[in-house]
Amino acid sequence: MSSDKVLLDYGSGGRASQRLISELFLKHFANDELDRLNDAATLSLKGKISMSTDSFTVDPIFFPGGDIGSLAVHGTVNDVAMLGAIPRYMTCAYIIEEGLPMEDLEKIVKSMGEACRHAGVNIVTGDTKVVPKGMVDKIFINTTGVGEIIADPAPSGDRAAVGDAVLVSGTMGDHGLTILGTREGLSLESNVKSDSAALNHLLVKLVQEIPDIHVLRDPTRGGLATTLNEITVSSNVCCELEESTIPVLPEVAGGCSFLGLDPLYLANEGKFLCILPQEHAEKALEIMRADDLGKDACQVGTITDANPGKVVLVTPLGGRRLLNMLEGEQLPRIC
Amino acid sequence: MSLEILDRFNDPELCKELLACLRDELDGEIRFMEVCGTHTVSIFRSGLHSVLPKEVVHLSGPGCPVCVTHESEVNAFLDLAGKDGVIVATFGDLIKVPGDKGHCLKNAQADGARVEIIYSPFDALDLASNNPDSTVVFLGVGFETTAPTIAATVLMAQQQGLENFKVLSFHKLVPPALDILISDPETCIDGFLLPGHVSTVIGIHPYDFIGEKYGKPSVVTGFDPVDILQALLMMVRASKQDHPAIQNQYVRGVSENGNPKAVEVMYQVFEESDALWRGIGMIPGSGLEFRKEFEKYDAKKIFDLNIGECLPLKGCKCGEVLKGKMTPEKCPLFGKACTPAKPVGPCMVSTEGSCAAYFKYKVD
Repeated sequence: MSSDKVLLDYGSGGRASQRLISELFLKHFANDELDRLNDAATLSLKGKISMSTDSFTVDPIFFPGGDIGSLAVHGTVNDVAMLGAIPRYMTCAYIIEEGLPMEDLEKIVKSMGEACRHAGVNIVTGDTKVVPKGMVDKIFINTTGVGEIIADPAPSGDRAAVGDAVLVSGTMGDHGLTILGTREGLSLESNVKSDSAALNHLLVKLVQEIPDIHVLRDPTRGGLATTLNEITVSSNVCCELEESTIPVLPEVAGGCSFLGLDPLYLANEGKFLCILPQEHAEKALEIMRADDLGKDACQVGTITDANPGKVVLVTPLGGRRLLNMLEGEQLPRIC
Repeated sequence: MSLEILDRFNDPELCKELLACLRDELDGEIRFMEVCGTHTVSIFRSGLHSVLPKEVVHLSGPGCPVCVTHESEVNAFLDLAGKDGVIVATFGDLIKVPGDKGHCLKNAQADGARVEIIYSPFDALDLASNNPDSTVVFLGVGFETTAPTIAATVLMAQQQGLENFKVLSFHKLVPPALDILISDPETCIDGFLLPGHVSTVIGIHPYDFIGEKYGKPSVVTGFDPVDILQALLMMVRASKQDHPAIQNQYVRGVSENGNPKAVEVMYQVFEESDALWRGIGMIPGSGLEFRKEFEKYDAKKIFDLNIGECLPLKGCKCGEVLKGKMTPEKCPLFGKACTPAKPVGPCMVSTEGSCAAYFKYKVD
């Protein structure tokens, strides 16, 4: 590219935009459908379709374990896959702040391309806007994904049933703490990194082997606690969690304790929770643990009828307390 | 101290043994008050609240600095935030505390005020040097734990010649507030779990009066379940004496005389003053204001802020809760008109407030 920074011209639709598309986006996203550069994409899909959209505004745009580009792919691919679907296609729309270093943009686009190849989805249409300095913070990305649902019936947040087992695929809070730590320049003593990853291959294996999974969800913003609260309300059941079984990396637990945060409310970007009849739990865990993305999978609780709409945490002392929904963002405390 | 050793303070087996000892040695009901938001949260988060013998009654006192920040002090924050050229720097949990009209710094932020959440008061110095055309005012809220660091920040600003850094000092001192609470004939407290963090600075002796003057047991306590249970056991044993001496359970963090250097720095910059406590009112000698020689850092003086008494929020019983006269659930607003989504009083705003803890953690 001729400039080392993104200029307003690049979003104008003229030659500068053309160059950005051909020299950057097509280079990293290449596939037959996108290469045609039509106004819209033609999709070939069978059966019921899962569709999801998300906008990514993460700050910082580069963080240990990923960047806004890979996150924009993983986030949407995972959402699509949570209905027991194989993600196939994605759209992506960039809003870029004038002056963003070209090098940063290329890094993001490249990482997005790699994440797509790994997840097996194609970006088939997209858009780029460049806005004057200060109108957005560096770069915002929206992605929309579609996939073919292979689970029948599809997992859904209102299908948790009394007696079900609650499984998580790994450690909680890694992404949230990484972002917060990096954003604030906190020198957390450890090498905590984001868990951002595409879960679709593991999820497909799971729904193919176990036909009756009641709920699959990725506990992103608001973490495990918020996601479980949403499920218990939708399904009108109680979720009882054994606190000691919930996997949290010691460095994440340490960082959270230092900042006054609870890892169960922190975002995850490469984990899922799976609610299914107890008799299938062992098999599901076996499948999950055989995959690197699920190696720390375990059962953390059960669905009961004790306190419908609530998540109850049984602490290591044997005490019982609510794991309530957070009101807003977690704020660092005074002392 | 290694992490493994620290884990022992959460050891469920040890907790069970301590609970058994506590049950054995109990001699009727004991109403204990903790005076630290971290204790409040720890007691609930660990589930301790639900496993304590029913004779051990837990009261949450005025130990959360956010909760005791007076409405008129919040009004002063809002006043400041509305001024041109002012950047308000604050610890995070203050931004949702409502003033007497129900507005908070979050509203001010939406109206265009510049409010920056920082993690250390020293970050406010960076903010000041990076924004030479603005005045950065740090909201000095906290107890003896926080005040020395803020005093040190003022000394650092002086050293760096930073003229655009100011502090609004609403610091509060714990011992005078406890004195007022115990002397109130309506409060019924048998003993105190005292905040370990505060004593890392002031040591244990500023609390001698609890035993000497009022004959009540008190224990400086750490923050994990084992700490709390051990302290309760110490309290139960001491309650059988006439004038029990102050005890220190948190020996791994607190020495008898605390940190004299920190106290010295605190009193180099600040001096004792009267202070308003939310729900309690004016307590003589319970605040910290700038000494004359540091008044150029004093936002209260420079912006001529008016800090007067104002009416408490209508229907709010936080005052009763902070004094241990009422448990949060007994407040008619609790969980109805007052929730974390729409907090009426400060005890519901702060994550370490007792009402918020009851709302967030209590199952039934």
